[in-house]
Amino acid sequence: MINNWQTPSGMSRRHFMQHLAGSSAVATASMTMGGAIKANAEEMRKNGKSAILLWMGGGPATIDIWDLKPGAPTGGPFKPISTTGDLQICEHMPMVAQQMKHLSVVRSMSTREADHNRGRYYMHTGYVPNPNIEHPSYGSVIAHEVMDQRPNLEIPPFVSVGGASAGPGFLGMAWSPFSVTSNGQIRNLKMNLEDNRLLQRMAALDTIETGFSQRTRDLPASEHAKVLKKTFDLMTSDQMEAFRVEKEPEEVKERYGTDRFGQGCLLARRLVEAGVPFVEVDLGGWDNHGGIHTLFKDTKLPQLDRSMSALVEDLNQRELLKDTVVIWMGEFGRTPRINQNAGRDHWARSWSCVVGGGDINGGLAVGETSSDGTAVESEPFSSEDLMSTVCKGLGISTEKTFTSKNGRPMKIAGGGKIISELVA
Amino acid sequence: MTRYSTILPALLILGSLVPLRTMQAAEAAVPSQVKMINDTIEQGWRDFEIRPASEADDATWCRRVFLDVVGRVPDQTELSEFVSAKGKDKRAALVDTLLHDDKYTEEYASHWSTVWTNILIGQSGGNGRDSMISRAGMQKYLRDSFARNKSYDRIVFDLVTATGSTKPGTENFNGAVNFLVDKVNEEKGVLATSSTSRIFLGQQVQCTQCHNHPFNQWKQQMFWEFNSFFRQTRSLRRFVEGTRDVDHAELIDEDFAGEANDPEDALVFYELRNGLTRVAYPVFTDGTPIEVSGFVSDVKRRGELGRMMLASENMDKMGVNRMWSLFLGFGFTKPVDDLGPHNPASHPELLSKLAVEFRKNSYDLKQLITWITLSRPYNLAPVLGSNNEIDDPSIGEMPKFSRFYLRQMSAEQLYQSLVTATDASSQGSYEEQERQRNRWLQQFVVAFGTDEGDEATTFNGSIPQALMLFNGDLTKKAISTSGGSFIDRLSKTGKSPRDRVNRLFLAGLARRASKKEMTVAGQLMAARKGNEKEMLQDMWWAILNSNEFIMQH
Repeated sequence: MINNWQTPSGMSRRHFMQHLAGSSAVATASMTMGGAIKANAEEMRKNGKSAILLWMGGGPATIDIWDLKPGAPTGGPFKPISTTGDLQICEHMPMVAQQMKHLSVVRSMSTREADHNRGRYYMHTGYVPNPNIEHPSYGSVIAHEVMDQRPNLEIPPFVSVGGASAGPGFLGMAWSPFSVTSNGQIRNLKMNLEDNRLLQRMAALDTIETGFSQRTRDLPASEHAKVLKKTFDLMTSDQMEAFRVEKEPEEVKERYGTDRFGQGCLLARRLVEAGVPFVEVDLGGWDNHGGIHTLFKDTKLPQLDRSMSALVEDLNQRELLKDTVVIWMGEFGRTPRINQNAGRDHWARSWSCVVGGGDINGGLAVGETSSDGTAVESEPFSSEDLMSTVCKGLGISTEKTFTSKNGRPMKIAGGGKIISELVA
Repeated sequence: MTRYSTILPALLILGSLVPLRTMQAAEAAVPSQVKMINDTIEQGWRDFEIRPASEADDATWCRRVFLDVVGRVPDQTELSEFVSAKGKDKRAALVDTLLHDDKYTEEYASHWSTVWTNILIGQSGGNGRDSMISRAGMQKYLRDSFARNKSYDRIVFDLVTATGSTKPGTENFNGAVNFLVDKVNEEKGVLATSSTSRIFLGQQVQCTQCHNHPFNQWKQQMFWEFNSFFRQTRSLRRFVEGTRDVDHAELIDEDFAGEANDPEDALVFYELRNGLTRVAYPVFTDGTPIEVSGFVSDVKRRGELGRMMLASENMDKMGVNRMWSLFLGFGFTKPVDDLGPHNPASHPELLSKLAVEFRKNSYDLKQLITWITLSRPYNLAPVLGSNNEIDDPSIGEMPKFSRFYLRQMSAEQLYQSLVTATDASSQGSYEEQERQRNRWLQQFVVAFGTDEGDEATTFNGSIPQALMLFNGDLTKKAISTSGGSFIDRLSKTGKSPRDRVNRLFLAGLARRASKKEMTVAGQLMAARKGNEKEMLQDMWWAILNSNEFIMQH
């Protein structure tokens, strides 16, 4: 035994971790592999689908972007323009307009949560907050569902760029979003210690961890061990190269936009290319209770237009779009009525989300709202419906049922109905 | 100084003479509130037919109570003194020492100041360059208050009614203003309304700003009535001379003309979903109105609000519920700051009774802490067994407090514990240390993009936290072997390598190494070719990264 300690050079990292896993019963799919096979990214993508969520924190006024009401008292000053799809969008989104053949707008979103926290939770999970259970976010669910197609993925399957996303709920901390900043730099990644010694420290750590888990039998103790394993993977993986967004050519960086959101979108493409199943990129600042139209025209929409169009265009050119579902949404929309501060307030009853890529049809406007935008006048859709459709677009069965730790059955995407026009 | 230091010797002398009396006296020393907690919680166990975990051993409990009361693990001397102390009242004596001995006043005040700063202004409040909040000012007010053991009701009153300047050292400094200073100007003081009602009354009203809430007894009218109390209040920015950089801010009360421009009848308007406009005046949640004048000389609206809050039973309950959750890991309700018929409590009767006792005892936080820490549920081992399998709030069950629930230390507790366990404390003034600590803490904060300043933390047991503990500067410092470091000093004590490994485990985990762990230490020693300091370094790294170290247990 002591000899092993001194000479683990014949022991591969994976083999070692397998050994650790056996001793602490934290075996996961990725650890049952034999030798250290490093699949290249292309290989990995063959059977892999991914999703990118562009999360618009604060709740954007979709009436000013995707579902314009020119001439209506609620319409605001913007004009619609034609696109490469079968729908019109805001004049301040000309570059995205060129990509609309790949994207569809669901204009009949109708939800009930108009508080930021509740809305964020609901749109990320398909469930309303419940004090007795923590629901997993879609990122965790999708990562969990497709991971068995990625036995060689060593970096976290759910990455949140520039934001906090939402947690793994009862799936456990091992499925929580890995939060990074948009420049892809990860703090504290290197120990600068020879490999053997790192392995030996890990073994000592594992002994303490296992002892404590066995004594207390409490969940947080064993969850911690799983996270340690993932952390170790991360520190020693060549796949971390995917985070190095600075390696992209200058012209690509500029096409995406050199601000945080632009670089975040570019990072998302790199991660998807490397086989990460779910990436969320955050763009906040949509909680526009005042001065909304000036801000939209001068700042928000040009920024969104540049980066979102770059992402879709780039994914398509690299033939990644057919396997990558792109989702654009916030926690809710905003009031059609323009308030006294020239802003719009929270509004969940009638608003829009955007989806495309994967097996999802682009270029469509699904559903419609009334002439002033205050009501949905076709079949209303929910967070559950949207996410069921996304799952379908990713080839994930929505019939799958999870069992929460207290024994409640829970359907993926809350048992929503698939929006048939989008996946027919 | 401590009451027990005088009472205990007296009891011991008595004890040797008249054993029977001693027993009665000892029992009398346990506050009746502890028995009340125990009776109610134990009844719950019987109702659910579960048996509690055994009592936590002395060392585990000592680590626990240090973490919860003064915000760090005990050092080796503190731990060994407690473990070797005799007498059945030694736990009570330790609580008393931590609460009342001058030696701990500063740490007690600093820990509770940290806890409350995060509650009142979030983990990042005051860190932005243009922020009106002075984080240092908030902390100073709280530190002073906890150091003097200001009563809870008085603290609440201060925070709700304060006027003055945010930053220490400025004219009219009053750190309490930092709670409201960035919550009153924007959006008609909506944030002041929702934060005050949520934090101190356990009323979640943010939704009722725009509409009546389906699951909550609050109506939209009540939101704007409560909001009206804050409408005499404004924050003024004070700039660094000759620049546009905010130096500090001042919170003032001024005459409010109302939205109809009649200060004699200072009303506010709000709009119903259907577009109709209604008016609201300051009315407390129980329906009690105050004068409608907006003139400060006629009525100080926040002062009236503070007085009515202090009379409200909800304030007592909220205070007790929060304190209980800080010690036991779960409150009687989840979330802890959402009380009301729509969100039933796990032990409603106990919550009410404790609230009554808290009020009766003049909102003395130290007494409340004593009751909780001496209660049976707080003294149980952190073990989920076959007798209490169903008591698992981490999967959504109502807590039954039949064991001590594992939970992560807060980032601040971890920081202080690392500093204590290794004397890795930074050099420099209090301000400089505070800056270093704050910089370290900020790496975990992630903001959501909303106007309400919502934020999340990556200090949640996920990978970034693990990476920080694996490889971060703080860890590097803690496991350094250079001259004068913790490992270096440790290597010069004790009888044998074995002895020193045990000291490591005591410092980090409040226990000795197990047989298995000692074997691993031997293997490490061989792998390091007999370099004991390096072996200790590897082991210390493993200890600091373990679930057992980073969890309160």
